[in-house]
Amino acid sequence: MLRYIALKVGRALFVVWAAFTLTFVLLFVLPANPVDLLFDPAEINTVPPEVREQVAANYGFNKPVSLQYLDRLGHALVGDFGNSVQSGRPVTTAILGVLPSTLVLAAGALVLALLIAFVIALVATATRHTWVRNLVEALPSAAVSVPVFLSGILILQVFSFRLGWFPAFGDDGLASLVLPLITLAIPVAGPIAQLLVRSFGTEFHSGYVTTSWAKGATRGRIIIGDVFRNASLPALTIAGITFGNLIAGSVITETVFARRGIGRMTQNAINTLDVPLVQGIVVLVAVSFALINLIVDLIYPLLDPRLRATLAAPGAPAA
Amino acid sequence: MTETAPDDSTAAADPLLRISDITIEYRTGRRRWTPAVRGVSLHVEPGEFVSLVGESGSGKTTLVQGALGLLPAAARIRAGTIAYSGVDVTGWNDRRLALVRGNYVGFIPQDPNTALNPVKKIGQQVIEAVRFNQPRSNKAAQYREAALSSLRTAGLTDPERVFQQYPHELSGGMKQRALIAIALAGQPKIIIADEPTSALDVTVQKVILDHLIRLQDDLGIGILLVTHDLGVALDRSDRLLVMRDGEVVEQGPVRQVLTQPANDYTRRLLDAAPARHHGRLEPATGVRTVAADAPVALRAHALTKTYQLRGRRPHRELRALDAADLLVRAGTTHAIVGESGAGKSTLASILVGFTTADHGTVQVGDRELTSLRHTQLRELRRDLQFVFQNPFTSLDPRFPVSRIIAEPLHAFRLLPGKQQRRARVVELLRSVALDESYLDRLPSQLSGGQRQRVAIARALALNPRILVLDEAVSALDVSVQAQILQLLVDLQAELGLSYVFVTHDLGVVRLIADDVTVMQDGVVVETGEVEQVFHAPQHAYTRQLLAAMPGTRLAADAR
Repeated sequence: MLRYIALKVGRALFVVWAAFTLTFVLLFVLPANPVDLLFDPAEINTVPPEVREQVAANYGFNKPVSLQYLDRLGHALVGDFGNSVQSGRPVTTAILGVLPSTLVLAAGALVLALLIAFVIALVATATRHTWVRNLVEALPSAAVSVPVFLSGILILQVFSFRLGWFPAFGDDGLASLVLPLITLAIPVAGPIAQLLVRSFGTEFHSGYVTTSWAKGATRGRIIIGDVFRNASLPALTIAGITFGNLIAGSVITETVFARRGIGRMTQNAINTLDVPLVQGIVVLVAVSFALINLIVDLIYPLLDPRLRATLAAPGAPAA
Repeated sequence: MTETAPDDSTAAADPLLRISDITIEYRTGRRRWTPAVRGVSLHVEPGEFVSLVGESGSGKTTLVQGALGLLPAAARIRAGTIAYSGVDVTGWNDRRLALVRGNYVGFIPQDPNTALNPVKKIGQQVIEAVRFNQPRSNKAAQYREAALSSLRTAGLTDPERVFQQYPHELSGGMKQRALIAIALAGQPKIIIADEPTSALDVTVQKVILDHLIRLQDDLGIGILLVTHDLGVALDRSDRLLVMRDGEVVEQGPVRQVLTQPANDYTRRLLDAAPARHHGRLEPATGVRTVAADAPVALRAHALTKTYQLRGRRPHRELRALDAADLLVRAGTTHAIVGESGAGKSTLASILVGFTTADHGTVQVGDRELTSLRHTQLRELRRDLQFVFQNPFTSLDPRFPVSRIIAEPLHAFRLLPGKQQRRARVVELLRSVALDESYLDRLPSQLSGGQRQRVAIARALALNPRILVLDEAVSALDVSVQAQILQLLVDLQAELGLSYVFVTHDLGVVRLIADDVTVMQDGVVVETGEVEQVFHAPQHAYTRQLLAAMPGTRLAADAR
């Protein structure tokens, strides 16, 4: 068991380290002169050389690359990614200021997506009518094929401008969260629902379900008591991956709904070439992504006794 | 009609289960329905053991699903009735049938390895079966007690421990007992068992079937056993029905079916049963003689293979093969027999070089296989070919038969001319009793027996001297199995082949083998000539295997 945990934690740490290293290479090593990135491209030719040198020294660009790397890594380990070029505030503070609102959005959207997906899968499995099943099974692909910027604008049009139920933008209170949540949740609900419909269908026709029928169980009891847990396991893995996509997807949602958050901040940071901020964002997103997947990996053995057994006692049955 | 389960007060004279003239169809097109069961009638009386025998595709499983109201969505009952103790349940909806299932009719499914919910403890699964059928008494302790007693009745010696275990912690036999406990938990009047022992080893099969008989005697319940194994059916039942192509072609008391089968198909089934035969099959060309001093074709010495089991320290090991010896005489068949986990498949794959042994040597003719490098090993493959267990997975589904058989010729760049190669393929097809018309067919257009013939033709393409056959007839119906065995015997006489024949079925051993090696837990426990081993087994395990062999009544009748 300990070995398993150590393995998974190690993998999570590796992902974060790799994200850090990759962004370092992309942002600080590959550009011919990283100092150029720190100035507005329009004014770059008017900057006097002394100032450039001064800036380079400030950021440590005059040191060898390996030293720069170790220096930045060392600081990053204690949560210091330097200062934002634009605002001059520490990167970590800037990110932590907006991270919660993005996390709430992503987590909320994930929960909503899972709810939608489970409802679709349950209805498709439970119904006795073929046409209901066909209809419900068509929903996921429809959800996937509508892009976020389109559905976002559509939802805004209807619920905010026409009906006026929810505010169109801003980030004050729960009401302002509803529309972004729905916009973000619908496309990611699609793949999860497809997976769940399939695994519910497979499990519903498996051997132990026949046993349950023979015990005298009713359809509802079988779906809730037997199928649900077995069929839900695959959704856990995909939920972890989806969470990463949701954070990435927040760029569009936060722009459309004019919300504060990592997405907006990323967009600004890239537009203004705020190199330290971009690196900080990438690494912090990697951290949250790795953390979620670590949690998923650690929950798995709790839900599946077979996995728990192979971890606890290595008595794997041989062929 | 009220929504109650039938009970014995309704009519004592009615049989527990009566299926009358039932026709079940599958939807095969927009408005097309194809019957799988046609006008079948059967009945099971209290305390009676009835067997329903049929090969794959005979409709026996569909019939059972129909009786339990568990037909797949694509199937429907076209005509006929199903009645439990005189109460007609045909057309009842799920909710009403749920009152019958478990409560009145118990079901033991086919494969114990998939029939238990992997994430629930055994105890909970049995308790559910109790609770669904006694919803009124709602004391948890009572449920628990009933479940434990059910596990005990099913023959589990330590029910308290099994109660707390998950399915994956139990052996196949114990899982099947847990399933019997589940079937018994609702205190049914009749138990329907669909191939309950097909996935189990022969010694476990015997124990489970013996236990079913005891339950029938002790509890006075009726049992309907569905099986493909005529030997099993004849050994245990009071009455027997034989199904073919959706119809019952033969029925009657066991003795009558055994001595005076009315139907031609039954007669063929009886003849095909391995237990019917005393000695080895003779080739069609005539009597075969093997010189007692035939040269050695293949010799394995002290083969040992250990698998490291992954996980924490201390590292655990599985000794799949422990100093196994094997000697195959040229032109003879040497059978390796044993139950699952005996190491027989490991041995076979070492013989052909799919797996490497930790210690020991394999000699083919005068060459030693174990020390060969890759290219030399490849060269040796021309002499040593392998036939796999499952003809449904060992043929590439996208290759036509001609390409499948020509594949080894391709690989070794033999017969480069198109005409030559085609002629060789046709020749090979003929040798396995198929003709040119099969050249362009895909595996999906072939039956199981035809597929295995193609697999054998492929193995013969390089003119090997030795064939290693791993459970080559286990996936086939008994009548097809008999044909393939006859084919193998004929080919052996014609081409002077030596066979290493891996099987779990002692009946097949008697039909095809000259010598036999019995294995248990990776160790060779006994080896010798078939007649000698079968008539005077030296080792206790061999005796146990022989005793567990189904078909004693069949064999007795044949004498």
